Amino acid sequence: MTESAGNKKEDCHAANGVKPGRNGMVKNHHHHHQYQKQEKVYHAACNGELYSRPFIESFEETPMLVAVLTYMGYGILTIFGYLRDFMREWKIEKCHIAREREEQKDFVPLYQDFENFYTRNLYMRIRDSWNRPICGVPGAKFDLVERSSKDYNWTFEYTGRVVKNVINLGSYNYLGFAENTGSCATAAGDVTVKFGVGVASTRQEMGNLDRHEELEKLVASFLGVESAMAFAMGFATNSMNIPAIAGKGCLILSDELNHASLVLGARLSGSTIRVFKHNNMQSLEKLLRDAIVHGQPRTHRPWKKILILVEGIYSMEGSIIRLPEVIALKKKYKAYLYLDEAHSIGALGPSGRGVVEYFGLDPKDVDIMMGTFTKSFGASGGYIGGRKDLIDYLRTHSHSAIYATSMSPPVLEQIITSMKCIMGEDGMTIGRSRIQRLAENTVYFRRRLREMGFIIYGNNDSPVVPMMLYMPAKIGAFGREMLKRNIGVVVVGFPATPIIESRARFCISAAHSKEMLDRALDVISEVGDLLQLKYSRHKALPSLDRPFDETTYEENEE
Amino acid sequence: MGWLYYQYLLITGIYVLEPWEQSVFNTLLFTAVAMVIYTSYVFVPVHVHLALDFFSELVRGQPESTVALIN
Repeated sequence: MTESAGNKKEDCHAANGVKPGRNGMVKNHHHHHQYQKQEKVYHAACNGELYSRPFIESFEETPMLVAVLTYMGYGILTIFGYLRDFMREWKIEKCHIAREREEQKDFVPLYQDFENFYTRNLYMRIRDSWNRPICGVPGAKFDLVERSSKDYNWTFEYTGRVVKNVINLGSYNYLGFAENTGSCATAAGDVTVKFGVGVASTRQEMGNLDRHEELEKLVASFLGVESAMAFAMGFATNSMNIPAIAGKGCLILSDELNHASLVLGARLSGSTIRVFKHNNMQSLEKLLRDAIVHGQPRTHRPWKKILILVEGIYSMEGSIIRLPEVIALKKKYKAYLYLDEAHSIGALGPSGRGVVEYFGLDPKDVDIMMGTFTKSFGASGGYIGGRKDLIDYLRTHSHSAIYATSMSPPVLEQIITSMKCIMGEDGMTIGRSRIQRLAENTVYFRRRLREMGFIIYGNNDSPVVPMMLYMPAKIGAFGREMLKRNIGVVVVGFPATPIIESRARFCISAAHSKEMLDRALDVISEVGDLLQLKYSRHKALPSLDRPFDETTYEENEE
Repeated sequence: MGWLYYQYLLITGIYVLEPWEQSVFNTLLFTAVAMVIYTSYVFVPVHVHLALDFFSELVRGQPESTVALIN
């Protein structure tokens, strides 16, 4: 539930300003009771007038017994970690990991020994569930290279066999455009023959192809903004453009669960960063109000600008940003809004235009629309869309515009073709039907999992489905048991999630057929019984857990 | 039985450990449990007996010896 988000501080997060106080939590509790009655109304009809559709998000709290057992498991593993470290120190066993050279032992350590304690002693033991090499297209099904380890995952050897037809529940292939046949692949192949693969220069020098210009026009019209710009790398789009927009004397308000690229960008910009609780509008409003009342620390000058950083779909929680409320707050307090649609573009909204369309809002209300081509479009890279003067400014000031090699032509072509397909410009309804298929698959998959009794996080419409595993041993066991039954899943543990909330993350795709999902669900249920993962104690559909806040959205409140 | 042991492996987290570490853990746990059982076998009856004596005397009221002392 909301309250558990309080201790869900992401490991690698910037907070050089004042952190949101805990006062908000008490307030929340209070309002929770007050609004309990209204919950059902919202649930049935609509979440207040700001939302055009029901906004159902649930974060079932961790059962106490499970939490205790999880901590106990980590405790036992930590003790054995110390034991193994002791043995390595005394040369009883061979140390496989990088360590200081004998002749440099008095230097400042190069490989911090304690910091990778977790990697060395916990991650290494279940490493076989990650970084599995695949051979072939990561579509709805893929082939895995079989590998085995004789020294408990310190090294792997390839057996030379291939695990065929594994159902893929891990790729961000929301619309199923990661494919090697079809119009996109053909178009990309044709373009490769004409343009080659590499461009070997940056956009500002000799690397600006006519296709780049076309792509940017297309992206702008897809998003409904004045202008857009494409970059060759999604991560760099965030981390290199935020420093161009914000700087010293600016304030960045960042969601606590923002992706590392946003965090890095915010830190590089040199602005003051304050973190609000995940998707918690009271917390955001409090920060905004404090920022305007108090101004900059010590000097009390007003902030040059206030930038709110949020994501459309949070990839670890499966939650959708409360965009109508964020936009209302942003208008009320005259801040700027930077929306990262990495996961939501293509995957949400009736025509795949992301979270803005999902809520039926105006794209012009979002100042900076960022997104990636890596997920729904099955390509690579990212974009920024917004007003024309903003994009022109970024073209001359952003590092990833100046220094990055421009996008490769086949990648461009993949994006253009898939985007046209989504928009229906190719004269077919494939795109539209895929978006619908994804929405159906998502709702079906989430409903079935919930009925089976698993704890599922996030919004009902989010194609990212995190399923809680909690105990450290179950992370490894779940990955292995699923692969044994020919299903590939992504399991996520500590640095990416809070320590006790380990989870498996399924990404639903439009490429999954009903039979595949049913097969996957049967297997998940079977493994869930084997590993005792059906923790949920809610029998019915969990009601809206979050309190509806008392924030007012009138602009002239005073 | 196999299922139960599997659950034990998962919950304690020793599922991910190497076999020799598992046996170290099992040995330690087994020893600890055995000692707990042994000590309870040896000492609990004595304590229960003492406690029973104590409470039964409370119920029975003042022993005669204290009366004799006051006199």
